[in-house]
Amino acid sequence: MISKILSPEFGHFTLALACCLAGAQCLIPLMGAKVKNSRLMALASPLAWGQFLALTLAFACLVTAAVTDDFSVQNILQNSAVDKPLLYKITGVWGNHEGSILLWAFILAFFGAIVSAYSQHLPLSLRAKVIAIMGGSAAGFELFCLTTSNPFLRVWPAPLDGQGMNPLLQDPGLAFHPPILYMGYVGFAVPFAFAVAALLEGKVDAAWGRWVRPWTVLAWALLTCGIALGSWWSYYVLGWGGYWFWDPVENASLLPWLTGTALLHSALVVEKRESLKIWTILLAIGTFSLSLSGTFLVRSGILNSVHAFASDPARGVFILLLLAVISGGALLLFAWRAPTLTSTGIFAFFSREGSIVLNNILLCTMSAVVLTGTLYPPFIQLINGQTLSVGKPFFDNALIPIALFLFLVMAIGPVIAFKKGNIKQTAKILGFAACLSISNVVIAFLILHQIIPALASSLCIWIILSACSDFIKHIALFKTSISNSYNRIIGLPRSFYATYIAHIGVAITILGIIGMAASQQKIVEVPIGTTIHLAGYDWTLTNVDDRQGPNFISTEAVIKVSKNGKPITWMLPSRRFFDRQKQVITNVAIHTNLMSDLYAVLGDSKNSTQTTPLFVLRLHYNPLAPWIWIGGFIMAIGGFITLTDRRFRVGTPANRKRIKEV
Amino acid sequence: MQDITRRRLLWSLPFATAAVAGGGFLAMLSGIRKGNFDPKEINTPILNKPIPAFSLSAQPPSTGFNQQELQQQTEPVLINFFASWCIPCLTEMSMLQQLSSHISIWGIAYKDKQNSVSGFLKRNGNPYQRIGQDNNGNVGIEWGVSGVPESFLVMPGGIIKWHYPKPLTVNSTQTLLSLLK
Repeated sequence: MISKILSPEFGHFTLALACCLAGAQCLIPLMGAKVKNSRLMALASPLAWGQFLALTLAFACLVTAAVTDDFSVQNILQNSAVDKPLLYKITGVWGNHEGSILLWAFILAFFGAIVSAYSQHLPLSLRAKVIAIMGGSAAGFELFCLTTSNPFLRVWPAPLDGQGMNPLLQDPGLAFHPPILYMGYVGFAVPFAFAVAALLEGKVDAAWGRWVRPWTVLAWALLTCGIALGSWWSYYVLGWGGYWFWDPVENASLLPWLTGTALLHSALVVEKRESLKIWTILLAIGTFSLSLSGTFLVRSGILNSVHAFASDPARGVFILLLLAVISGGALLLFAWRAPTLTSTGIFAFFSREGSIVLNNILLCTMSAVVLTGTLYPPFIQLINGQTLSVGKPFFDNALIPIALFLFLVMAIGPVIAFKKGNIKQTAKILGFAACLSISNVVIAFLILHQIIPALASSLCIWIILSACSDFIKHIALFKTSISNSYNRIIGLPRSFYATYIAHIGVAITILGIIGMAASQQKIVEVPIGTTIHLAGYDWTLTNVDDRQGPNFISTEAVIKVSKNGKPITWMLPSRRFFDRQKQVITNVAIHTNLMSDLYAVLGDSKNSTQTTPLFVLRLHYNPLAPWIWIGGFIMAIGGFITLTDRRFRVGTPANRKRIKEV
Repeated sequence: MQDITRRRLLWSLPFATAAVAGGGFLAMLSGIRKGNFDPKEINTPILNKPIPAFSLSAQPPSTGFNQQELQQQTEPVLINFFASWCIPCLTEMSMLQQLSSHISIWGIAYKDKQNSVSGFLKRNGNPYQRIGQDNNGNVGIEWGVSGVPESFLVMPGGIIKWHYPKPLTVNSTQTLLSLLK
């Protein structure tokens, strides 16, 4: 019944309708702002909601087609099959190019709708412009979807079964990674829209900073989660034992993250001190442009990546055009209008603002390094036909020194006062933490015999200790009564906690990365019953069995892990053979105690003529590995806590009430 | 020049950068369409040509080697670029171990540190007869290496007969062995 109403044709129609509504959402409010007609401007919000509703229906149609196995739809035919589990039928909707673009547009419409819901306190013309720009970008993506990547195309005659989905994507981690990552990417459309609207208005003030910051933080927190999930997925699904491969697609997500991190700090300066305005506007435009160009580079096939979407130069040309209109237009407007914006707040070098400027310089340098490393190979090939690749050594050598300096600043920045910091006072708060951290460098160097891990780990401890010192100073621990300190703990603004939680999250991630660098691994080819010694653990291969799964046959190894004779765990790494795609997927077994991971992969066993079959096992011991992702989620939690800070909410409902009373 | 014009010119730098990048992308896209630009292409300008001039310092436990020594071999040699930081190289190790009974394999540790390579070989076994160090990657440039692992089959006399720019697989190994017959 539902599948009859939500037919692919209805989906196609609602997608086209959404595109028209988005076009209207862009043009009518802008026209209204031009002729100062408040009725036209007020149309922005209902149009945004209409577009969101239409796209929700379109998305529901595609999900319905996927769930009901409608193989007359080309997209479902190419990516689904009857025997695919239900969860992956749903998540498979965004596991391919057409569906993921529809998801992208859907999320953009969703943000448009929530922006219009939460912006009622904004000046009418600014609000109309922000929603109009959201609508304009959405219209572009919906047009892209309709013209070059229509997910609702039918095929005739309809086959009885589909071609199935890449087994690598049949994983719960991948079910949630793309939507969250896209919410991060697309979320930066909101600061972008605010930046362009501010340029159109010709006015940037503290209030603008306060409005734009929660959206930046929201997008940043979601992007952080998305990247962490993606990295976690590659760690436990790809089975290579790594978590980050400097793959172009990974870099494409890291770029907006780096500039987005810079943006959320510089927006703070706009809000508190009405300074760094032009720079913040440029960062907002740049961050969304980097999100868009990441998509462009992947979908057009220009960059070589393991994330192979079916690439098509025609699509590439369309997205490039879209980029030219959205980013190019915004940058042109920026060049014309930015010089008219003036800063009022002045600040000393040693001040909170000064530290944020340093943070911005370092983060932007890092993102320039990543951008160069990613784009150098295609550009060199274009210029002189030479092929080369840029890998881990370049990124490590170029990024580590900048990152170390950033960590040093990161701990000091939040302690310094705005406008003009007091060096003596700052030193008093951080002195103890600094002494401990410096002595830690020496101790760590004596243990590790390597300077970079020793420095990096000490800087992480420095970040954590300085956060604790500042906290103790703020609650005046032992300097006043316990109950007074307790009241201060409750009274501290949430953004205070949020800052330090996010910073500690960074430190935890970096500690995880340092730990991973010291991981140990071993590849062995052994018969059943052999015991392998690695990192103080005894790994015994006790059995290997074949099992039948829903759409695969798996060969499962049983490894008993013990330490000093005490059993620790049983690990079950397996290899799954997907008959439909004739593809083998390794299923990694991971045992974690949160301080380290035991990681086992069952390799390719050769058909040997010997009587006892041999099995290839790859065993890893990864110290602190889980911290990488835990730190990422802690950073995101810090971001979400900022969103609950009352300074963002205060005044909005209360103001409206007051106006009504008057 | 007026101050505002000067500032406008300054602030149009981001646009100019983006425009240059956009122009480059457009050229790449049209190149893909016409077929003269392939991002997945890896060119081997030295295939079927003599090996380039090079010299490599020793990587314990073995001695290094140079162009002359490789040319003077009477049996084919498989040159394998690898690195301890390269995860595909790790997965390739078991294949190299099997191959080492059929052909002598000489390794070139690409952009790596001596200690890391020793550790890597200790952990994963050493399929190489000789290993040279290419710390700064210069020899890799001479050979036209675009990443690691890459393997080259060098025939007696020093002609490169075959090149495989990926981790060796069962199929590619069979191709290699058929060339030796």
